[in-house]
Amino acid sequence: MCDTCGCNVTDGNRHLLQEGGELARTRGGRDAVEVLEGLLSANDHQAAHNRDHFAAHGVLAINLMSSPGSGKTSLLEATIEALGDELKIGVIEGDLETENDAKRIRDKGAPAVQIATGSACHLDAHMVHHALHELSLDGLDILFVENVGNLVCPASFDLGQHFNVALLSVTEGDDKPAKYPVMFRSTDLVLLTKSDLLAVLDDFEPAKAEQAVRNLANPAPIFTLSARKGEGMAAWLDWLRDEVARHKTALAAEQTTPIDPNHVHDQRHHHP
Amino acid sequence: MHELSICYGLMDQVERIAAEQRAVKVVEIVLRIGPLSGVEPQLLAHAFPVAAAGGIAEDAELVIEDMPLRVYCEACDAESEAAPNRLLCGHCGGFYTRVVSGDEMLLARLELEREEEAAIGGSNNTTEDTENTEKTA
Ligand SMILES: Nc1nc2c(ncn2[C@@H]2O[C@H](COP(=O)(O)OP(=O)(O)OP(=O)(O)O)[C@@H](O)[C@H]2O)c(=O)[nH]1
Ligand SMILES: [Mg+2]
Ligand SMILES: [Zn+2]
Ligand SMILES: [Zn+2]
Repeated sequence: MCDTCGCNVTDGNRHLLQEGGELARTRGGRDAVEVLEGLLSANDHQAAHNRDHFAAHGVLAINLMSSPGSGKTSLLEATIEALGDELKIGVIEGDLETENDAKRIRDKGAPAVQIATGSACHLDAHMVHHALHELSLDGLDILFVENVGNLVCPASFDLGQHFNVALLSVTEGDDKPAKYPVMFRSTDLVLLTKSDLLAVLDDFEPAKAEQAVRNLANPAPIFTLSARKGEGMAAWLDWLRDEVARHKTALAAEQTTPIDPNHVHDQRHHHP
Repeated sequence: MHELSICYGLMDQVERIAAEQRAVKVVEIVLRIGPLSGVEPQLLAHAFPVAAAGGIAEDAELVIEDMPLRVYCEACDAESEAAPNRLLCGHCGGFYTRVVSGDEMLLARLELEREEEAAIGGSNNTTEDTENTEKTA
């Protein structure tokens, strides 16, 4: 699978390929096999497949990640309200147990599928793929995937999204990016949410949160907004409009091949 | 705790490679994990016996090699060491850097016992030609 496509060979490990050759004999008479395969290669291949689904429908996929309760669903509700007539939005909701978030989205008039992850603390590409076969992407401009509220695990799993968006609510502390570097270094956009509460929280400084993100060598834009009061939403909505337009232009230039709806899935999927 | 699901994925990879190599036993599994990979080596080591139980790697030793965290700065055309929450260039302090080592999560190497070796008690014979032997994996 991955040993041929080279997707795990990074600058940091390329030299190792040359060192021992594929097979080296160890002292005990056993065989040592050099592998150099990413531990998430099955997930990464599924993610690439998901991307094909998105491309086939020209939909922009955005993975929303944050701590529990940072305001992901509230942001989606406000976004659907603001853009509902302009862009067609669908949502995949990841949650440990309930249907609540998907219901909140449907109440705003957008299609939503709930993935109940059970005990799993993150979504993976297989779960999203499963949901994709339940949610029609036809005519959608944006597919949001609301990941499970968790700043650790979701960061490791590519779902096939085009953008990662990390939310950090002002009640959580401006040092979160330094504490969760894996999440915040790879996000494409940071939203500092619940800004209406800044007035009563004297210990959250947006500038400090921004500095912590820059320390991770991440040049991502950072917007401060309140889904509840509406302040700062314009920058976020414009970002979405721009990226949807850019995505459609890029896809038109690329000419993607539609994927066969009867394609076979051969990957097994384990979950605790 | 995503380490357990990662371990189950690892077992799939190990079983597949062991079958390709006609191994009867996996003796050692070597992983390379960087501090920015998003997995905790300790949690992985903890989850390993659970995921390995009953499989070909049940008795394997899990070795986790920590990878150094290094960044490359375009402006300086130089590498430097970094810390997980400070990925700036060690020379100019700039943030237009790229991680060159430290975000990997790799299955690096397996140590295997092949069919013939096992059958004759771990002798030193090369065993590449066991084309028609039965799979016991
Ligand atoms: N003051 C204020 N409260 C907000 C804002 N956005 C969300 N909240 C509140 O924060 C709480 C959590 O909001 P959700 O939108 O459910 O957060 P979530 O990230 O989807 O939560 P999980 O899916 O459980 O991780 C709710 O009580 C919201 O009303 C905001 O802009 N301002
Ligand atoms: Mg939610
Ligand atoms: Zn599919
Ligand atoms: Zn530099």
